[in-house]
Amino acid sequence: MANVTLRNVRKAYPNGFEAIKGVDVDVADGQFCVLVGPSGCGKSTLLRMVAGLETITSGEINIGGRVVNQVEPADRDIAMVFQNYALYPHMSVFNNMAYGLRNRGMKEAEIKTRVEEAARILELGTMLTRKPGQLSGGQRQRVAMGRAIVRQPKVFLFDEPLSNLDAKLRISMRVEIRKLQRRLNVTSIYVTHDQLEAMTLADILVVMNGGQVEQVGNPLAIYEKPATTFVASFIGAPPMNLMSTRQDEIKPQLGGSAVEAGILGIRPEDLAITDQTPSGGVALSLTIDAIERVGAETFVYGSRAQDQQGVATNPGELPPGEVIVRIPGTEAPAIGQKIRVAAVRNKLHLFSGDGRKRIEI
Amino acid sequence: MENRAIFPGRLLACLLVFPQLAVSLIFFYWPAAQALWQSFLVQDAFGLSTEFVWFENYVNLLKTPEYYHAIGTTFFFSLLVVFFSLAIGLLLAVMANRNIAGVQIYRTFLIIPYAVAPAVASVLFIFMFQPGLGMIARALQRNGIDWNPVLNGNHAMILIVIVAVWNQISYNFLFFLAGLQSIPKSVIEAAAIDGARPMRRFWTIVFPLLSPTTFFLIVVNITYAFFNTLGIIDTATEGGPNGSTSTLVYKVFLDGKAGSDLGGSAAQSVILMIIVVALTAVQFRYVEKKVHY
Amino acid sequence: MVEHRRFGNLLPHLVLIAGVIVVAFPVYLAIIASTHDNSVIANGQMPLYPGGHALETYWNTIMSGTGKTTREPVGSMLLSSLIMAVGIALGKIAISIISAYAIVFFNFPFRMATFWTIFITLMLPVEVRIFPTYKITSDLHMLDSYSGLILPLIASATATLLFRQFFMTVPKELVEASKMDGAGPIRFFFDTLLPLSVTNIAALFVILFIYGWNQYLWPLLITTRDDMQTIVIGIKKIIDVKDALTEWSVAMATAVLAMLPPVAVVVLLQRLFVKGLIETEK
Repeated sequence: MANVTLRNVRKAYPNGFEAIKGVDVDVADGQFCVLVGPSGCGKSTLLRMVAGLETITSGEINIGGRVVNQVEPADRDIAMVFQNYALYPHMSVFNNMAYGLRNRGMKEAEIKTRVEEAARILELGTMLTRKPGQLSGGQRQRVAMGRAIVRQPKVFLFDEPLSNLDAKLRISMRVEIRKLQRRLNVTSIYVTHDQLEAMTLADILVVMNGGQVEQVGNPLAIYEKPATTFVASFIGAPPMNLMSTRQDEIKPQLGGSAVEAGILGIRPEDLAITDQTPSGGVALSLTIDAIERVGAETFVYGSRAQDQQGVATNPGELPPGEVIVRIPGTEAPAIGQKIRVAAVRNKLHLFSGDGRKRIEI
Repeated sequence: MENRAIFPGRLLACLLVFPQLAVSLIFFYWPAAQALWQSFLVQDAFGLSTEFVWFENYVNLLKTPEYYHAIGTTFFFSLLVVFFSLAIGLLLAVMANRNIAGVQIYRTFLIIPYAVAPAVASVLFIFMFQPGLGMIARALQRNGIDWNPVLNGNHAMILIVIVAVWNQISYNFLFFLAGLQSIPKSVIEAAAIDGARPMRRFWTIVFPLLSPTTFFLIVVNITYAFFNTLGIIDTATEGGPNGSTSTLVYKVFLDGKAGSDLGGSAAQSVILMIIVVALTAVQFRYVEKKVHY
Repeated sequence: MVEHRRFGNLLPHLVLIAGVIVVAFPVYLAIIASTHDNSVIANGQMPLYPGGHALETYWNTIMSGTGKTTREPVGSMLLSSLIMAVGIALGKIAISIISAYAIVFFNFPFRMATFWTIFITLMLPVEVRIFPTYKITSDLHMLDSYSGLILPLIASATATLLFRQFFMTVPKELVEASKMDGAGPIRFFFDTLLPLSVTNIAALFVILFIYGWNQYLWPLLITTRDDMQTIVIGIKKIIDVKDALTEWSVAMATAVLAMLPPVAVVVLLQRLFVKGLIETEK
């Protein structure tokens, strides 16, 4: 068991491209840490640096109190589950799991015990003699996990392990991974681009963008208090509505120093259709452009009557001026209808004009 | 080639490439360099002294009528071989691509010639075309044709063309078949729905889509006719009668074996090398095209 | 395709049958000739069905040869051919698989230069550098030896390219997983890469065996001793008499024996052969 500490870790490629621009992360013993971010944000690179598959340009990676910058992957006492599983196609399930142990010179009897134990946990008992080609996607995924488990490593590394599975299987495997990690209580670092996966799995969530850490913390804390507009629009679906505080409709409602902040954010679920303006809150006039009814809830896509100037965010797919409102499935507004929506003051998020800083109201 | 997971260990890497590099340098580059060097030298009759003469060997070579004769022979021979082996290969492949019973059995027979050495293929046909006892030679003679490849240059040429085509059919057949099978069925079905009859479909859809394969095979077959037919010629006609079946490659072989004109023989080798380089370059243009296709 | 052809599939069958006859008839005739007596063949009266001299012809051919033109029994030629063909095939596979491994999986100085050095040998077929190569082989005292027959032919750009192509399709995660499992480069090669390459190696072996067995020019130059002669060279000497004195039954038996191993390989390992043929040309 071990904690993992990253101190000012950097990665620059010979062509000058900086993939990781100084990252600090602390993962305590037994914690499940999820690195999340859009593709190209450097999360996989960071994981591979922890694994020892990528060199570290500067900074320090510490696993269980040992600096591992120069240590070979095999000697870091870690195990990794790859996105495409990377099973040895010519070896049986048993041998796939046993290979790493054999390379370490472990006795056959001990290997057998460990593999069988892992197979029992993962319900692979009947498939030990099969080859990976004869398994389904979910079963291959389990073998890849089994290969990690038998090693009894200090740290598990997962590189988007569920992205090759279909939606249904992904959810059930997600739950299984979480249960397994709890049970084995092994420090884990997990990379994903799926914010839902990140939210549900993480003890500690690291949101990354452009080679930098945007925010680290408990997933719910991040959801409730996103540190930047990037995090605000990346965590939570549909994304947070962002708009300029200087717009004519909003300016008088916010008043005072809040207007100077620059960007106002309101989550779709914090807006309600109402004619009243809660005191200190913000109300908006919308014309409904589109409606998505998914049963339990309904998403309303509206455009603001006045000042079309919204705030374009990095991964936020919203066109400027569009506002999403999440309402209960029982309500049924119509397209073209003009409505007023409002949010209470403690559900408002304020950010600096460049979106890099959160401002408490 | 980039973006691979790379192992460290320069010494090991060098050890791994060493055998291949050593063989390449000793038996490929050194002899090729020697040929190039010798092509600029003239040796006296006793091999005692040599003189550097720049392109004199090449100039002399281009003055000899036999060399032009060999060029003509090579092109005539290659044209016939390439055309017939491709045409027959394509015809058989198109037929075998139809969904008919017994295709496997036909294919098994049709690939046999590939396994037969050129020299052995020659022997098989010499036996059939040997005046006096060969089955086909006798049939020709019965029909009033005085068949004699040993004396008649045209007959000798026909003989080696037949052997070379026979020997090469399997190769072209297999590549055409693979090419045909890679054409999506839906394209042909779309053409059928558009009202194109089978013949028209072949010439307007299948043949154009097959053109990368055809082009590739043309280059490969030219290379084959130029270089790989030495065994056929040496066994069947030895370049005769009167040099009528002596191709460029065979001439290098004969002149080198005679060993009298080292420089001239080297110059011939160098010209052949240039031809190979050109053919390979053309072939690579094709490979690049295929990548973009 | 659903097509209402008037003659069904008659045409393709007819064309393919004609093709098979053209292809197989010379081989058939050779087999028939090897079962008849020389005199029957020499007067042009050979029937199209087998004669009764098969056993004696093949026995004589293998054990003693013709006695006239070559003093060598064809049996020993077969052995020479076999050693050469297997030697070339295995040698080519061995040196090209390790060089491709180095080029794809290692980062070392002059890696691209090495690749191009190997690649350019494609453009130097033995036919265009015959005599200088002969001279070097003779300087190295390798005439009339198996090493002289085999070594100069085992550098192969095509085999290296094939392995390189295949290695590049191996997911890099597999290498990384191996590293995590504590396997170094040598272990990865033997435990993972080699087992994955088995089909490619087999396909390549089929092609290279045929290539080696059917070599003509090189063994013709390099062997002067009759007991080193390969069967493809031997057969030429057997019929190398322009008059009617060729012992045709022996010649045809030799031809059949010369065809038998490569044809058997191609027919029995057809799937591997086709794979090898198509892929070495990519």
